[in-house]
Amino acid sequence: METAQTIASDGFVIEAADREAILHERDHYEQPQAACIEALKIVQRRHGWVPDGAIAVIADLLGISPASVEGVATFYSLIFRQPVGRHVILVCDSSSCFLTDYEALRDAFTDKLGIGFGQTTSDGRFTLLPVCCLGACDRGPAVMIDDDTFGPVHPDDLDTLLEGYA
Amino acid sequence: MTDALSRLRYRCQLRQDADERREETHPLTWRLHDDGTPVFLKEYEDKDGYAAVRHTLNEQTGAQVIDAMKTANVRGRGGAGFSAGVKWSLTLQGDGMPRGYIVCNADEMEPGTFKDRLLMEQTPHLLIEGMILAAYANNARYGYIFLRGEYIEAANHITRALKEARDAGWLGADIAGSGFDFDIALHTGAGRYICGEETALINSLEGQRANPRAKPPFPGQSGAWGKPTVVNNVETLCNVPAVLRHGAEWYQGLSGQLSNDGGTKLYGVSGRAKRTGLWELPIGTSGTELLDRAGGIRDGEQLKAWLPGGGSTGFLLPEHLELPLDFDSIGKAGSRMGTGLLTVVTDQQSIVSLMRNLEAFFARESCGWCTPCRDGLPWTVKILQALERGEGEQGDIEMLDKLATDLGPGRTFCAHAPGAAMPLSSALQYFRDEFERGVRHETGPAHADPIPVGEV
Ligand SMILES: Cc1cc2nc3c(=O)[nH]c(=O)nc-3n(C[C@H](O)[C@H](O)[C@H](O)COP(=O)(O)O)c2cc1C
Ligand code: SF4
Ligand code: FES
Repeated sequence: METAQTIASDGFVIEAADREAILHERDHYEQPQAACIEALKIVQRRHGWVPDGAIAVIADLLGISPASVEGVATFYSLIFRQPVGRHVILVCDSSSCFLTDYEALRDAFTDKLGIGFGQTTSDGRFTLLPVCCLGACDRGPAVMIDDDTFGPVHPDDLDTLLEGYA
Repeated sequence: MTDALSRLRYRCQLRQDADERREETHPLTWRLHDDGTPVFLKEYEDKDGYAAVRHTLNEQTGAQVIDAMKTANVRGRGGAGFSAGVKWSLTLQGDGMPRGYIVCNADEMEPGTFKDRLLMEQTPHLLIEGMILAAYANNARYGYIFLRGEYIEAANHITRALKEARDAGWLGADIAGSGFDFDIALHTGAGRYICGEETALINSLEGQRANPRAKPPFPGQSGAWGKPTVVNNVETLCNVPAVLRHGAEWYQGLSGQLSNDGGTKLYGVSGRAKRTGLWELPIGTSGTELLDRAGGIRDGEQLKAWLPGGGSTGFLLPEHLELPLDFDSIGKAGSRMGTGLLTVVTDQQSIVSLMRNLEAFFARESCGWCTPCRDGLPWTVKILQALERGEGEQGDIEMLDKLATDLGPGRTFCAHAPGAAMPLSSALQYFRDEFERGVRHETGPAHADPIPVGEV
């Protein structure tokens, strides 16, 4: 398995540290497949998303098929198979936030950023996505930007909120 | 982070002061601080932490632990309300059976649910202690905490607590000199509500797509990597230390005459109430008392309906608030207690729009494995959107009735679709007139007579 091809057709090269981290995860579980999600997350932490070439590299490191890595990568909503902005905004669209004016907040985001869900601003700063209940329902509507959760967020708060993320 | 930004940050809120929360009455939260700072190892040990592990592992058998859990009647807090003691008594162990796993379900994504977050952020050692005791009862060798990826602070606090516990000898080999060995790893997820379904969770833990598995075999017979696996919710596991520290009778007594279920419940309120948040109260506390604590409904609005425990539970009416919030009482009223966190809906909210929001959630989150769920849910959303716009056709409401039946229990691979059907069928029952107001058109091509097949 150490013969892993590290350069893929799209020129993707895995960082040595990420390779080590994935191999470390692999030995953590009963079977290598179990490290698949974590491996995708390791690549994503570095690149912001999971480039095509990374699928083959991860498959090789874990000794599983690329199809199975791709199947996993496309199943989970927080694994990105397309480039995203520097900051990812997750807006909760579930029921308690819906009851506390999520739709007005969503519209304020799309107006302010000029993009819809699933899109990235042209300066590459923000990607906007909906997300399941963030477990912050008592202070809805709730939003997550990168690793931070906010709530309640009103349309007037957007400037303050977005300024925090250059 | 600037001050202005920091003011917008979410912090979970237990709405009870320290003087109300006592060891004798609040097994889950008595150690917590009013300001929400977490309780780590030193303080946890000073406040009687890990005493149940020391005592139980050295002086009781696993079978005695299971008996205590049965007598205490700790019912699963993940939503289904199955007795933890009974579940544990069905785990395969002994006679050449390999030692399996304890998996903590910390995937909390049920709309309207924010209780496990509080426990993991503020008292991570309570969960670890509960998992050690569960492992002892089920003869598990290893534990996983399956945490949703978005709970960053919980992940940080659990990681620190696991290290503290390992350094102090509460995890690893020969715990508390008992000869029992057990350790726990944190596994963080990558999104998708369906990961919370216990067999989908096991697939996800194994690094697969999170499609549920057929039952039987139940996880206790063959779960993660084919070994006996016990899946329990965070709050369920957090109840275990107090049961073993103070005894099953004491625990049963916490809910007194209010309920046959034992102990307390971390209840919550979200939606259109004034003081939303969390409270630890005896299980069986009424909805009226809970809503009172939440300061009632927002000014100028009237209570219209409520969901007792998340988006997959059925709507109830204001008159149902008198009921004890426990599994049997809410079940008899035609809904489910679910997670026990109320979602409050007022007269300013159209039920049709709310249903459209809920079904859009379930449609998006369907894992796509079985047809009624994968195809039925988007169909439901389409009809609801039409009714919401006032463009419904004759026959739409009957079609929703049929979909609610076809998505119901026993017709799909897992309980996701029945969870989507429950709010829908109750909404159609209680608020039918609102749906009817959306019907404007004659029957159209969507409801044409079926095309005959075979010989005509
Ligand atoms: C679609 C779906 C999602 C679920 N999500 C969760 C969840 O996030 N957390 C949880 O504890 N249980 C969840 N459950 C329930 C679990 O399948 C299982 O019943 C529970 O983890 C058992 O633990 P308990 O007996 O301690 O409640 C979900 C069930 C379904 C059908
Ligand atoms: S009911 Fe839905 S979520 Fe459950 S297995 Fe079927 S398609 Fe998947
Ligand atoms: S519904 Fe939005 S955080 Fe729970």
